[in-house]
Amino acid sequence: MYVAVKGGEKAIDNAHALMRKTRRGDESITELTVEQIREQLPLAVDRVMNEGSVYDPELAALALKQASGDAVEAIFLLRAYRTTLPRIGYSEPLDTEAMQIERRISGTFKDLPGGQVLGSTYDYTHRLLDFTLLAEGEAPISALDPETSDEETLDACPRVLELLNKEGLIEQSREADEADHTPADLTREPVNYPAERAVRLQNLVRGDEGFLLSLSYASMRGYGDSHPFAGELRSGRVNVELVPEELGFAIEIGDLFLTECEMVNQFHGNKNQPPQFTRGYGLAFGRSERKAMSVALVERSLRAEELGEEVLYPNQDQEFVLSHSDCVSANGFVSHLKLPHYVDFQSELEMIRRLRREIAAATDEENNK
Amino acid sequence: MSTATGYNFAYLDEQSKRMIRRAILKAVAIPGYQVPFGGREMPLPHGWGTGGMQVTASVIGEADRLKVIDQGADDTTNAVSIRRFFATTAGVETTESTAAASLIQTRHRIPETPLQADQILIYQVPIPEPLRFIEPRETETRKMHALSEYGAMQVKLYEDVARFGHIATSYDYPVMVNNRYMMDPSPIPKFDNPKMNRMPALQLFGAGFEKRIYAVPPYTEVKSLDFDDYPFEVQRWDENCAICGSDHSFLDEVIIDDAGSKMFVCSDTDYCRSRQTNATESATATEETLS
Repeated sequence: MYVAVKGGEKAIDNAHALMRKTRRGDESITELTVEQIREQLPLAVDRVMNEGSVYDPELAALALKQASGDAVEAIFLLRAYRTTLPRIGYSEPLDTEAMQIERRISGTFKDLPGGQVLGSTYDYTHRLLDFTLLAEGEAPISALDPETSDEETLDACPRVLELLNKEGLIEQSREADEADHTPADLTREPVNYPAERAVRLQNLVRGDEGFLLSLSYASMRGYGDSHPFAGELRSGRVNVELVPEELGFAIEIGDLFLTECEMVNQFHGNKNQPPQFTRGYGLAFGRSERKAMSVALVERSLRAEELGEEVLYPNQDQEFVLSHSDCVSANGFVSHLKLPHYVDFQSELEMIRRLRREIAAATDEENNK
Repeated sequence: MSTATGYNFAYLDEQSKRMIRRAILKAVAIPGYQVPFGGREMPLPHGWGTGGMQVTASVIGEADRLKVIDQGADDTTNAVSIRRFFATTAGVETTESTAAASLIQTRHRIPETPLQADQILIYQVPIPEPLRFIEPRETETRKMHALSEYGAMQVKLYEDVARFGHIATSYDYPVMVNNRYMMDPSPIPKFDNPKMNRMPALQLFGAGFEKRIYAVPPYTEVKSLDFDDYPFEVQRWDENCAICGSDHSFLDEVIIDDAGSKMFVCSDTDYCRSRQTNATESATATEETLS
């Protein structure tokens, strides 16, 4: 009877054992390895690294395995691990212009210095289920080899938006006399509104991909005023440099595979400034174009106030976007409804019964008159 | 003492704990004021007690005895989970007895047994801003607090009276702390609100993903909002607890069969159990005297 509503330690242990069993599935089928996930589900791994805010494909793959493939759960695992890591130092700003490019496209110019490279993409595939993958697995790699090999990556090439910048057609990403300043770290300090652009970008990069994608979509459909051009999308490896205190100069400590997106938005001008294009910027780990583009679109929407545009829609509202973008928070709070609320519910029951009793009594009195 | 390998005592690193303790000190100095702090990500989901856990992790020491309750009960799944977390990461002693605990982390209830001056009550808070459902913007509510501009809440309560004949808030009932700040007492039933007033124990509130800490120092005045002609009142039951017979504690309604028959039992399991034990003891004592 009464004990049925209360859980216990044993129930928790049993539930977790059952979860592990469900995760393993049919034991006659070979167990999936973390290595296989890392190598063969790289886009899932990229998403987990982005929102988990840790660049570590192996741990992201482990998280995916542990979470039965649930991206949000995997992201949470990685975040909870990240928070315990010591801060050894902060890297130098990344130079994405020096990226070893694997893919680079521009929606604004047909040809440009450095050229366009499609690289690896699902774009232009016809979305027809490939039943050969179901029947006998992938064809041998030799048959898959593209004509250009990986060796022929593009050299570093200038950003498309810098070409516009030469003519002064696009706003500067920073003022000429703007001093360097260390951006706030939103994982260490609470966000204060209004938040500076660096904090907004940090928030968006770890924001939920689906949430940002939908907000971007809305802004392009008229709920917001953002229907930009994809100035440039580039993916490739970028070196990470760190200045150790003992040395006093920068050394390379590794590289990251990144996707960068720069959007060119409509004119904007005022009394003091002739019309210019404005920028929306997005950067993400791995091959995460959808994410980088969504960040760039929402980032630009959030600049509405700074650029003197009217703030009319949720995607232009900092507090709305930044407080609700995080999938770990959102998932935690929505899922907390599964926790017992019977004390609060009991309070509501007592209240509603009393109100109904009073109304019924009042109606009776009315009828008896 | 056993602690989880690879993690610091009580999980958080000492720098983070120090940052949280500073926020707590500020919160104690300004009763009812929400202090922003660099909330850390915890290995439990947001909304499941991460704020309370960060506060607990920052104030807990090896000599502490911890009690964790959810809905008043020690054996609800999330209370079990959080108690285990600290048993593993801090290796501290845990207890189910309200009187024996030095720290009590709670979700949605204040124990029925009055707390003492050497105890700390730590509330898990989902949404720390009492004005949030009136004004969703942080930039606005901050201003409202700064100016003590709380008329909007009084209007909301007045609208309840006009529509229902009562203030229809039954939990999460707003209070004024030390006659200055309006405070969200966390989603405790309003039944528990009077216990906050001049409580000898220190009351700390942690909201994890909202990154806010606030406090009510011992013996501070906490007043539930009301009107002169519609004074604050708490829930009352026609029934008594089916187990211990208490006629004054908060009761949970339990449906016991398909026909919807109900029984009412204390939501505070420790209180209910100690009343049963006392009843048995005094019954035995009476028997002994008689024989």
